[in-house]
Amino acid sequence: MKMILHVWRQRAATEPGAFVRYEVGGGLPDMSFLELLDVLNERIAREGGEPIAFESDCREGICGACGFMINGVAHGPRARTTVCQLHLRSFRDGDELWLEPWRAQAFPIVRDLVVDRKAFDRIIAAGGYITAPTGSAPEANATRIAKRDADAAMDAAACIGCGACVAACPNASASLFMAAKIAHLGHLPQGQPERASRALHMIAEADREGFGGCSNAGACEAVCPKGIRASSIARMNRDYLGAVLAGQVELRGPCPGSSSRADRSRP
Amino acid sequence: MPFAREYGGSLANRSFGGSQVARTFYARGQTGQQLLLGAYQALQRQVALGRCRVLVRREMLDLVVIDGAARGIVVRDLESGAITGHAAHAVLLATGGYANVFNLSTNAKGSNATAIWRAHRRGAGFANPCFTQIHPTCIPASGEHQAKLTLMSESLRNDGRVWVPHVRGDTRPAAQIPEDERDYFLERRYPSYGNLVPRDVASRAAKAICDAGSGVGPGGYGVYLDLAEAIGRMGRATIDERYGNLFEMYQSITDEDPRAVPMRIYPAPHYTMGGLWVDYALMSTIPGLFVLGEANFSDHGANRLGASALMQGLADGYFIAPLAVGDYLASSNLAAVGLGHPAFAEAAAGVARRVETLVSSRRGRTVESFHRELGKLLWDECGMSRSAAGLRAALAQIPVLRAAFWREVIVPGRGNELNQALERAGRVADFLELGELMCRDALERDESCGSHFRVEHQTPDGEAKRDDTRFAHVAVWKHAGPDAPARRHVEPLAFTAVAPSARSYQ
Repeated sequence: MKMILHVWRQRAATEPGAFVRYEVGGGLPDMSFLELLDVLNERIAREGGEPIAFESDCREGICGACGFMINGVAHGPRARTTVCQLHLRSFRDGDELWLEPWRAQAFPIVRDLVVDRKAFDRIIAAGGYITAPTGSAPEANATRIAKRDADAAMDAAACIGCGACVAACPNASASLFMAAKIAHLGHLPQGQPERASRALHMIAEADREGFGGCSNAGACEAVCPKGIRASSIARMNRDYLGAVLAGQVELRGPCPGSSSRADRSRP
Repeated sequence: MPFAREYGGSLANRSFGGSQVARTFYARGQTGQQLLLGAYQALQRQVALGRCRVLVRREMLDLVVIDGAARGIVVRDLESGAITGHAAHAVLLATGGYANVFNLSTNAKGSNATAIWRAHRRGAGFANPCFTQIHPTCIPASGEHQAKLTLMSESLRNDGRVWVPHVRGDTRPAAQIPEDERDYFLERRYPSYGNLVPRDVASRAAKAICDAGSGVGPGGYGVYLDLAEAIGRMGRATIDERYGNLFEMYQSITDEDPRAVPMRIYPAPHYTMGGLWVDYALMSTIPGLFVLGEANFSDHGANRLGASALMQGLADGYFIAPLAVGDYLASSNLAAVGLGHPAFAEAAAGVARRVETLVSSRRGRTVESFHRELGKLLWDECGMSRSAAGLRAALAQIPVLRAAFWREVIVPGRGNELNQALERAGRVADFLELGELMCRDALERDESCGSHFRVEHQTPDGEAKRDDTRFAHVAVWKHAGPDAPARRHVEPLAFTAVAPSARSYQ
């Protein structure tokens, strides 16, 4: 298979970027999209150029390192698939594709298709955990957990933090990412003590990082490689509102799920 | 941590290779990933509390040893290229294993041996480098472009049956091969453990049957892992619940539905039991250098059973390191050392020279081409089965390849920016040294033992034959300078409670 790739090349966040056109031959249907870029990068290196920077680690779709836009769609055309698990059989011979990094104010470009996602680490540090000290957990069978609840927690815990939801969102909102962690912990008894403050603090941190609010576009759910449901955002908003009504914080603006959240003053 | 639960609300269990009882907790087919995320969340909590600072995108490129003790490290910032030192009273390495020395493995692409190899070159003994685990249930490679191999969780062997056609070169689709023309070779050879024999046994059996020409799939290097019987017995919904995410992953890679046609699997490097030597307090041969998890050599001997790397991570991290490091700090009298110490300048200068040498190299061959060649050599001669002749041949070829690397490798770009080719070049350069040590260790260990199978030492039915009179010891290799061969020391193994016996899974 032969593919025509227009790849966003940008040396650093401070330098201008542009699409560069490459024709890549020798593709096979069973080859992954990142393997096609590996082949292209080896050729670029042999020809004296500088290879395209892109991230990947596990190449099994579970680490969250990889991800870029293919023709405007995060992780490319195949549903519920990270770009490392996307194979050329999802394309036609001769297809022309535009590859771009995640575009969001809170994800500055490092180089080419690599963006800086440390903002996600800071959101987790704001409350994406339980406060029981590690190593002193009680015997796990002492707390019975209904299978239904454990399964729902696992569905949400499948989030890999890749950032596709942010890249797809017209507001560059991190709502689906936060909602997945809040649903994962909120379905389990261990996650109850900080349930209210968790939603407040994670959302406040996302605002500080410059992620937008949710306007129910649903693009995040459509591109999420792990099938996280947008309904989890409603759950997050319930936790947030519950915390506000319980007096954990003064409500100063509209509901956090609304698109104007980013505009309101900091809590 | 969302462990699977029974309907009554208690933790669910399942069995793993090498055990005949269900005793392992799990989270669908991604237990390790979920434990990692749980540990990451707990770490971020400590960051929020101000007890811990995480420096991401830094690669350790040297260990700083002062007055014989580990007193810091030198790192390169992968985004800016800045080379900086970090002074400390003790250094803990939890940098994982070196299965990527084989190029194709189930390890993540970024996984590498550089941190432990740099520490080895500073004096830390490297124990049993030839003990490498080849995992039986991986998706076969599809071609030359293959960048990495994908593990299908071993949990599949709970419910899957491994087979090949009786007739060599039988090209009929699996469904058209009747029951009496299938060779369930693990159940045949190991009636009591069947499909749950330990990883090295299952892997070697699959290799043997494929080498004999009975393999299936393109290239003939694959065996079937068939879930049809389990689906018939327990229903599709139950099997989907257990393995749904693995089926999705398999189907996305191979374009085949494992519920309809048997999966094809083949062994791949997965784990390395060898690593830096440590004592019971996890301290290496360099005082103040502690090594945790897969990076050290302890706990697993010559083989590793399912889920026990997680056990080791918990034991090392929760229970041993916090006490061992505290004891070391309380019982040593360490002089104050700052970044102004000449040892930091010396180490940083060495790192900078190496980076400069690599980025000024623009000759004929890519980093990946060297890694592929080294990986194939090790896979063939120092993989699932090894022979003295093969190991000697590899030992003759690796130094030639290493010299070619430093002469011909292409490293584009500059050192003062994000440069992924440079990162890979440094790691492959270290693999080219480590691979040679693995072969020397495999050659010296003139017996078969766990994952280390020397064809010269096997029982009449092809099982590993140990030689406890000559080799009941750990081999610990000490670096002896850039141009001298490493020296081999031995730590005898003393068994006081249980005498080692020949294992049998029949």
